[in-house]
Amino acid sequence: MTTRPVRPLLAAVAVLGALAACGGSSGDAAPAGDEGDGPEGAVTVFAAASLTDAFADVAAAFEDEHPGVTVELSFAGSPSLREQVLEGAPADVVATADEGVMADLVDEGAVGEPVVFATNRLQLAVPAGNPADVTGLDDLARDELLVGLCAEGVPCGELARRVLADAGVTPAPDTEEPDVRALLAKIEAGELDAGLVYATDVQAAGGAAEGIDVPAGEAGTTRYPIATVAGAPHPDAAAAFVAFVASPAGRDVLAGHGFGPP
Amino acid sequence: MSRAAPRPGRRAARARPPWALVPLAALAVGFLVLPLVALLQRAPWSDLAELVRRPIVTDALRLSLVSAAAATGLSLLCGVPLAWVLARSRLPGLSVLRALATLPVVLPPVVGGAALLFAFGRRGLVGEPLEDATGFVLPFTIWGVIAANTFVALPFLVLTVESGLRAVDTRYEEAAATLGAGRWTVLRRVTLPQAAPSIVAGAVLCFARALGEFGATVTFAGNLQGRTQTMPLAVFVALESDREAAIALSLVLVAVSLAVLVPLRDRWLRA
Repeated sequence: MTTRPVRPLLAAVAVLGALAACGGSSGDAAPAGDEGDGPEGAVTVFAAASLTDAFADVAAAFEDEHPGVTVELSFAGSPSLREQVLEGAPADVVATADEGVMADLVDEGAVGEPVVFATNRLQLAVPAGNPADVTGLDDLARDELLVGLCAEGVPCGELARRVLADAGVTPAPDTEEPDVRALLAKIEAGELDAGLVYATDVQAAGGAAEGIDVPAGEAGTTRYPIATVAGAPHPDAAAAFVAFVASPAGRDVLAGHGFGPP
Repeated sequence: MSRAAPRPGRRAARARPPWALVPLAALAVGFLVLPLVALLQRAPWSDLAELVRRPIVTDALRLSLVSAAAATGLSLLCGVPLAWVLARSRLPGLSVLRALATLPVVLPPVVGGAALLFAFGRRGLVGEPLEDATGFVLPFTIWGVIAANTFVALPFLVLTVESGLRAVDTRYEEAAATLGAGRWTVLRRVTLPQAAPSIVAGAVLCFARALGEFGATVTFAGNLQGRTQTMPLAVFVALESDREAAIALSLVLVAVSLAVLVPLRDRWLRA
């Protein structure tokens, strides 16, 4: 039991045991080799595309704290997540970039009580070196520039339209991308001169994109809710994951990726 | 060709399938048809007439038909010659060439779209000098949609026409040549008419594939209603914001695709 090399094997056996126990009566007896009294098994997390990098780190930190649990991450635009959860995808936890989408899920009884765990704001992203000399939101109306926004219905698209309306700018987009990462990728590649993405996305781009602050205010800020899915295959692990994301440890990881506190 | 026994009657062979095949074939039909039935079941029939007249639907349908037709035209122009090379020439490395021509069939279209960006994007191998010289940018235009469609759909035409050309009896071509016809005349008057059914079938498959193209288009050409938003892109975007419109769009796409594919079947079998 105490010899180190055997441990991964024991953990694997414990996970298999936990999986095998699924569907049967959930006995209180922990499988042999359990490290503590925490949850076991695999927790499947559906998360908004803008959480891609942050949740990979959050999941790793969570797994360190709960050795019996593995986290499976699946990323998509928030409305896609809503469709997937409503169609009965086997998710344990869902985290969206938009409170409206989460409210729909709550109304349908598809999730438990959501918790807001982070905030984000829009930034104007340009390729490294800012080849088109973009300085502010007004540039999104310039016809000669190639400009991208997120599509309507996607949180970053809705947010962008609110920010632009507040600033009195009528944008001339050349593409409306189905998710924020697709938009960022085209900016990083230099195919687009500018686009409105989350500040966290600009940070995730490293040097490939530069961010320009815009007067975001209340309209340009989005709140990220997380909730457990009703009828989650692994409710204990799901609850533990949600608690971890909202804990100081989880928030530290998120702050490191540019997210604001809730 | 060397078979001595008389060919069994087609009708008789059709009438008696080995019994073990029937349930498996039924399973295949069920698997293919059930999702379509589910789609029909979700369809907002009462609002359908209004939904399909919305600009998002009509714009996308027009763009899809135009770009798929253009891609088919381009594929015919270059794909038939390529099929001839693959079927008839004795170039070295022909199998590598065939594999390259087949690659877009098996490649995820998103990969194709990204590769197109690296080649023809503003910072691409060809795209950058092109923009410097002419100011023309391929992505985010209908030309980008046509390029993406052609990249993905061309192999369907090439492979179909190649197998059609292989089935053509070369003795007619030899006879024509013996009688003094030049190579161009033989191609035009003997080879192509004999391969015509496969060319039609290839063009139809190519058109149908272009109609359904999503991944390469959204990656390379972006998504803007009225400019680059084809039917599959409109479905994807509408699924996130307006589900009923998405289902209406899907129904139109299924109807158009079936209208294209149903007449194909007989031709295909006769070829």
